[in-house]
Amino acid sequence: MLGYILRRLAATIPVMLIVAVLVFLMLRLTPSDPAAIIAGDNANTEQVEDIRRRLGLDQPILTQFVIWMSEILRGNLGESFFFKKQVVELIADRIEPTLSLALFTILIAILVAVPLGTLAAYRHGTWIDRFVMGFSVLGFSVPVFVVGYLLIYVFAIELNWLPVQGYQRFSTGVGGWAQRLILPSLTLSVIYVALIARITRTSVLEVMNEDYIRAARAKGQTEGKVLVRHALANAAVPIVTVIGLGIALLIGGVVVTESVYTIPGLGRLTVDAVLARDYPTIQAVILLFSLVYVIINLLVDLAYTFFDPRIRY
Amino acid sequence: MISLRRRVLAVLAAAAAVLGFSTAAHADGTLRAVMHSDLKILDPIWTTAYIVRNHGYMIYDTLFATDETGGVKPQMVDTYDVSADKLTHTFTLRSGLLWHDGQPVTAEDCVASIKRWAAKDATGQKLMTFVAGIDVVDAKTFVVRLKEPTGLLLLGLGKPSSNVPFMMPKRVAETDPNTQISDFTGSGPFIFKRDEWKPGDKTVYVKFDKYVPRAEPASGLAGGKVAKVNRVEWRAISDHQQAVNALLAGEIDFIEAPPHDLLPLALADPNIKYFDWNPLGNQYTFRVNWLHKPFDNPKVRQALFYAFNQEDFLKAVVGHPEYYKMCKSYFPCGTAFSSETGMDGLLKSDFKKAQEMLKEAGYDGTPIVLMHSTDLQVLTNLAPVAKSLMEKAGFKVDMQSMDWQTLVSRRSKKDPPTAGGWHAFLTSWVSADITNPIFTGFMNAGCDKAMFGWPCDAGMEKLRDQFARETDPAKQKEIAAAVQAHNTKIVTHVPLGQWYLGSPMRKNVNGMLRTPAPVFWNISMK
Repeated sequence: MLGYILRRLAATIPVMLIVAVLVFLMLRLTPSDPAAIIAGDNANTEQVEDIRRRLGLDQPILTQFVIWMSEILRGNLGESFFFKKQVVELIADRIEPTLSLALFTILIAILVAVPLGTLAAYRHGTWIDRFVMGFSVLGFSVPVFVVGYLLIYVFAIELNWLPVQGYQRFSTGVGGWAQRLILPSLTLSVIYVALIARITRTSVLEVMNEDYIRAARAKGQTEGKVLVRHALANAAVPIVTVIGLGIALLIGGVVVTESVYTIPGLGRLTVDAVLARDYPTIQAVILLFSLVYVIINLLVDLAYTFFDPRIRY
Repeated sequence: MISLRRRVLAVLAAAAAVLGFSTAAHADGTLRAVMHSDLKILDPIWTTAYIVRNHGYMIYDTLFATDETGGVKPQMVDTYDVSADKLTHTFTLRSGLLWHDGQPVTAEDCVASIKRWAAKDATGQKLMTFVAGIDVVDAKTFVVRLKEPTGLLLLGLGKPSSNVPFMMPKRVAETDPNTQISDFTGSGPFIFKRDEWKPGDKTVYVKFDKYVPRAEPASGLAGGKVAKVNRVEWRAISDHQQAVNALLAGEIDFIEAPPHDLLPLALADPNIKYFDWNPLGNQYTFRVNWLHKPFDNPKVRQALFYAFNQEDFLKAVVGHPEYYKMCKSYFPCGTAFSSETGMDGLLKSDFKKAQEMLKEAGYDGTPIVLMHSTDLQVLTNLAPVAKSLMEKAGFKVDMQSMDWQTLVSRRSKKDPPTAGGWHAFLTSWVSADITNPIFTGFMNAGCDKAMFGWPCDAGMEKLRDQFARETDPAKQKEIAAAVQAHNTKIVTHVPLGQWYLGSPMRKNVNGMLRTPAPVFWNISMK
């Protein structure tokens, strides 16, 4: 197992290198010039060229890449063109809101979707099953920002129960922190509830006709125990896979949700950096997201051994 | 069942109490504003971005300032004397001016600040061609010696929009003008709270208790700058709809510039009011690139004046006549040098005349690469209208859509339009930036030194120099009219009318001033 983990971790190095090259090239090949954006609307050509020179953007692409890579290898992600702050500082400042949002979302998704999916499978063919599946289709189909605006209209504007936007740090109070995460997390979790409920239903449905379920029932176990201990446990591998994928996909959702709800997290930082063509920040954030993606995939693979002892690496 | 429901409600109520749910809590004396953009850069001399200019007005002061009528009035300056030959200008600072660190503001600080500003700003650069030297006389007095008289000195020092000559401590002002400052000590009515500055979240200012305002009442950017709120927070809400939602919910107090179509939504709430703090508004502009065919030919550029009419643009973008005005003047209507000189018969969409002109010019059907920005609502519909009018006039138009930042990047390229360059784009200017031939960046026809589009015309530069030398306002007006008449022939750009956009705010926000840039002194919350 340890060998497997080390091999997988070693495999992340070429992956990250490829990501780094691609991100660097994509940014340099897009028709954009951070110097012109920084200079502002009233700047003349000389001012723009001066800023470009100072940022090193007048250097050949290869030179820029070599400089950037050598700094990355030394652990220096560079300085933001705009904020004049180290990118690592910017990222560190933005991790908490994103992590909070992601955890809240996954928690809501698992707590709602797994029971819903299990119930739909157990009540297969009934109105409950149809309702869950209908909700699932709706959850897939409605874009995140539509769900967001609907929730804001109802809970923040009409009922005035929750704030429209913003984020409060955990250190300034659990109440405010949780209060400001409810709507964004609900918004973001809709699609994951749909996804996980659907796969849970299918997986549980598959194992419900297995002999060991019949055996469990024959032994006189309650339906609850049959569902949780025998059906759900044996259906866990595909569910865990989907949850893992969901966490990875969450990165995309976070970008939209943080923008809609004005949460100063990594998603918002990504959008701001892209709009401002802040190359060092974009490159660092995408590298970070890629690393998270790779690690989550590794953790999901390792989780299989926990749910299914037959799986060995 | 009832008992269960009650228990659930009790649990929810307890949870709400524990979590402290409340959506309308904010400290007294805190004004929460959503500005047009997030603040990322902090040096208002290093960049011309409007949000940084607005930040500058919060924390810095100016030697002179423009009042509500457009007149330049002393601000940090107490007395100002001019010698009989108009070559020696003596400035004495007001007493009691302090930096935010408690040190007194000195003449040395101001001289260093003027020099840094003049090294970056186009008006400042022009001004310095007239300056023989700037000497510090004593702690509160300095003298500007001129080589020849110019009207630019006060116009420049009282320049209301980017780059504004903000005063900084000498140690800060001695920073290379091409390097961003890292010390944000100002002497303005608010202090920048760097420790609370979270780009992408909020920017915080607190009242500077030791600020000594002028005795005169506030007028425009001039007069007494009295901070009446203890704290101002600029919240970075990038989504306009969300900003309006937050205003309706009482989470913020002020939105600088929401799109026109969201105004009715905000103003339908009886707790929200509207105030147009920038009565001069803004001007839409069509900018041409002189470097490439067919716009290297003045006749082709002139044909644009016959193809366009202002109303089509204004209706398509702004919509409601309450928020726009047709103005056939390069210098915005309502300002000192506005006139219709040279505009007879122009901007009426006389397509026949435009077609004749294109024929005379020998236009060969080269497609015009028209850059179309799609993400800024106040600009999005301009390019399609221009395309339609130009096609009716006989142009072939290749309209290329992109986001504004891509447009900003691309417009600085001199490459041919077929190789990533461009022929034309549309933008908008804050009126305060274009009130005379020197301020108006697009009128700079200094070839390589001009702004993107790179007009090159000795006649225009001669007229602008004449304007800079003139100190008599009546004669300045004559020269400005001549500049306009000349520009309808050489066509550096085409003015497409004025538009206005004020701010919705909570009804308890009072005292906002009419200024070219939004300022937060004089505002109270009752």
